Amino acid sequence: MNKYAIFLGCTVPVRAQHYELSARNVAKELGIDLVEMSGASCCGFPLKAVDAETALLVAARNISLASKIKLDVVTLCNSCTAMLSDAQIQLNTEEFHSKFKKVGLSYPHEVRVRHFVRMLYEDIGIDKIGEAVKKPLNGLKIMPHYGCHYMRPSQLYGFDNTETPHTLDELVSVTGAESVNYADKKMCCGGSVLGVDEELAIKMANHKLSIAKENGVDAIASICPFCTVMYEDNQRKAEAQFETQYGIPVLYYPQLLGLSLGLDANAVGLKFNRIKSDSMMEKLTR
Amino acid sequence: MIDLRKSDPQFKWEIAKREGGEGLLKCFGCSDCAASCPVRYFDERYNPRKIIRFTLLGMKDIVLKSPFLWFCAHCHACTERCPQGIRVAELINAIKNYAVEQGYCPDGYKMQLDLLMKMGRLYEVEDFDLKKRQRIGLPPIDKTIPEVAKILESTDILKVLKK
Ligand code: SF4
Ligand code: SF4
Repeated sequence: MNKYAIFLGCTVPVRAQHYELSARNVAKELGIDLVEMSGASCCGFPLKAVDAETALLVAARNISLASKIKLDVVTLCNSCTAMLSDAQIQLNTEEFHSKFKKVGLSYPHEVRVRHFVRMLYEDIGIDKIGEAVKKPLNGLKIMPHYGCHYMRPSQLYGFDNTETPHTLDELVSVTGAESVNYADKKMCCGGSVLGVDEELAIKMANHKLSIAKENGVDAIASICPFCTVMYEDNQRKAEAQFETQYGIPVLYYPQLLGLSLGLDANAVGLKFNRIKSDSMMEKLTR
Repeated sequence: MIDLRKSDPQFKWEIAKREGGEGLLKCFGCSDCAASCPVRYFDERYNPRKIIRFTLLGMKDIVLKSPFLWFCAHCHACTERCPQGIRVAELINAIKNYAVEQGYCPDGYKMQLDLLMKMGRLYEVEDFDLKKRQRIGLPPIDKTIPEVAKILESTDILKVLKK
């Protein structure tokens, strides 16, 4: 049995419940046990630009919760993954560990931190996922969007290829959908710039939206709530700023995977997506 | 114009001794970071190499007061490409941390700190959210996590922001 502590962070449990719901239901289908992390807080990432060390302590406190129940951590947000992974590595240095102990925390058992999607790729594997696919998403064109902190910095992760990532492409393909290959796959969504210069952030998001449109994709597959904020919640703004029409659904990868595993639209929370995926779903029932 | 008479020779050492800043002196100005930077690609006012160059030259005021310092998305595209193995995103972040200590913290970050002090999270968990979670079959979550405030009180972060 694959068993993990699930770290939700700030955004997913209140703003992206459909992501959480689909991930949990996919986990059930694939025999993955997700254990709650009672007392988990913000990952600490929002504090990093202000004071990296404080951010690391907040992150490390979350890791200590998983450490106490002796479970590796899976996360649903790219930035949470980066922040917790960084803290996990820092916990092995004497300097940081002593600061950590000073605030009354403990790390009794070594635990790993990975993105939920990476865990699917590494621990379940493409073959086993393929065997579980009951309703292949044949005929759909899906554009995978990795986001920055899924595989960068490589020093932290040592996973996938930072220039030409492929793991999410493979995970999309195994659902039966076509994973669209495109240039600039590693491009940032612009989310971190949103609070600083909205027009610039929208420009960055628009870049991939326009590539998605050129390729006639049925949906973008996202694995991070911030990227979804940029591509889905701000899609209207991009349309206005660039005087164009998109109407491109943005689904969380576990929603797509869930559909291919035979889960229904409710079980993957499809009605909570802001941009409706009716025409995509119609293709599937045809 | 850059006026070198206003340069602070200590500035680069202040940055280089910080976690993440250790690579600063190795920069040879190749611009690979700027070439790989997505923010730079869309807005030329932002340039990581320039920030690093000005830091090396001791142009402290220009670097710390520049609104563009905060344009860095911390995406690590530069880190992957730097031929000198400098953790460029962490270096820029170290400069941001130093700017905060020197009194230049954007309001948005202060607001986030307030939220974390109060709730341990960025978004309030309202009864509505808890009900929705229950309705769709998601487990309950903690509304507030007071332990976060304890950590924030134990470090210098509140003092720095003069809370
Ligand atoms: S890529 Fe590295 S060495 Fe080149 S300018 Fe940027 S920081 Fe300096
Ligand atoms: S981390 Fe900052 S400087 Fe580096 S490529 Fe990304 S936005 Fe540019």
